[in-house]
Amino acid sequence: MTGMPEQSSTPASVEALATTWAVIPLYNEAAVVGDVIRELRESIPNVVCVDDGSRDGSAEIAEAAGARVLRHPHNMGQGAALQTGIAYARTQPGCQYVVTFDADGQHRVEDALAMVGLSERDGYAIVLGSRFLDDRTDPGFRKRLVLKLAAAVTNAATGMTLTDAHNGLRALRVDAAHVVNLQQDRMAHASEIVAQLGRSGLPWAEFPVHIRYTDYSKAKGQSMLNSINIVVDLVIR
Amino acid sequence: MWFQLVLVVALVLIGAYLLLSKPGARHLAVRRVIMLISLLAGVTVIIWPGLLTQLARLVGVGRGVDLLFYLALVAGLLYVVNEYKRSVMLARANTHLARELVLTEARLTDRISALEARLDERAP
Repeated sequence: MTGMPEQSSTPASVEALATTWAVIPLYNEAAVVGDVIRELRESIPNVVCVDDGSRDGSAEIAEAAGARVLRHPHNMGQGAALQTGIAYARTQPGCQYVVTFDADGQHRVEDALAMVGLSERDGYAIVLGSRFLDDRTDPGFRKRLVLKLAAAVTNAATGMTLTDAHNGLRALRVDAAHVVNLQQDRMAHASEIVAQLGRSGLPWAEFPVHIRYTDYSKAKGQSMLNSINIVVDLVIR
Repeated sequence: MWFQLVLVVALVLIGAYLLLSKPGARHLAVRRVIMLISLLAGVTVIIWPGLLTQLARLVGVGRGVDLLFYLALVAGLLYVVNEYKRSVMLARANTHLARELVLTEARLTDRISALEARLDERAP
């Protein structure tokens, strides 16, 4: 059971959301992270934020916004922070779903709710966000090219058929969350997590999400040169 | 000059080592054997410098110094690759260690705040 679900975006039930943990890797996002957490906690009260050595007071802001904040002793990379957050969330009492969410405000809460809802209703253990299932998101030509290329490489390596390989919005049932064991500390974790989830054989689906490319997130975005680092990190271990 | 072939093969092997090998006890043993052989070879050519030139002529390089230069390059490259792999391994170990620390601390503080909450309930 894999592939594209019917385009339904009914949010998850309150009961499901009460057993959901949102995981947010955090690194120097003081300007936006407070609002992101407050908005998220209106529907998903359990938020764990892994501060990856921010120097702009992000951790304190996240804590004030009501997130459980775990602090890495120094900057180790987004993959490292994501793994720490998932490891914490999946062992919390009663945890049924783990949602990974970006700290910079580019994800929409309603997408996250609909993804948990899809998992709850249709039994997908893994729901991955994709910005290319419809045409709401316009990342620009160059970024689209790089992302499509990344998706092609990931698909070739994992045997999955994803339309978007580097989307940080994911909803995992707790059994799928237990499969994740990221070794890639930096950005290559996005391919690694897909590979690990794909190998698990658990039912998965992609879900069309909208990414808000604000001036803020654009300014902080990945440089195209970094895709070289991702490939090297994946190949040399 | 079939020594060119030897050099190319050596570089290809180093590339394969960079991409394919997983560190372990066998690699440590191989590294140590290579180190030992290099030391013995070093001592040998220091005592009998003529040997190096003879060897160089044998493989078609010409001068002993040239042979030494090529071998030093291969050795240097091997060292760089080795250190790179080692630094990747150390970074992983460091991340793992830091994560365990963070998670242990989190479990402890969660437990403590749960206990404190229970105490507050009981307090008059």
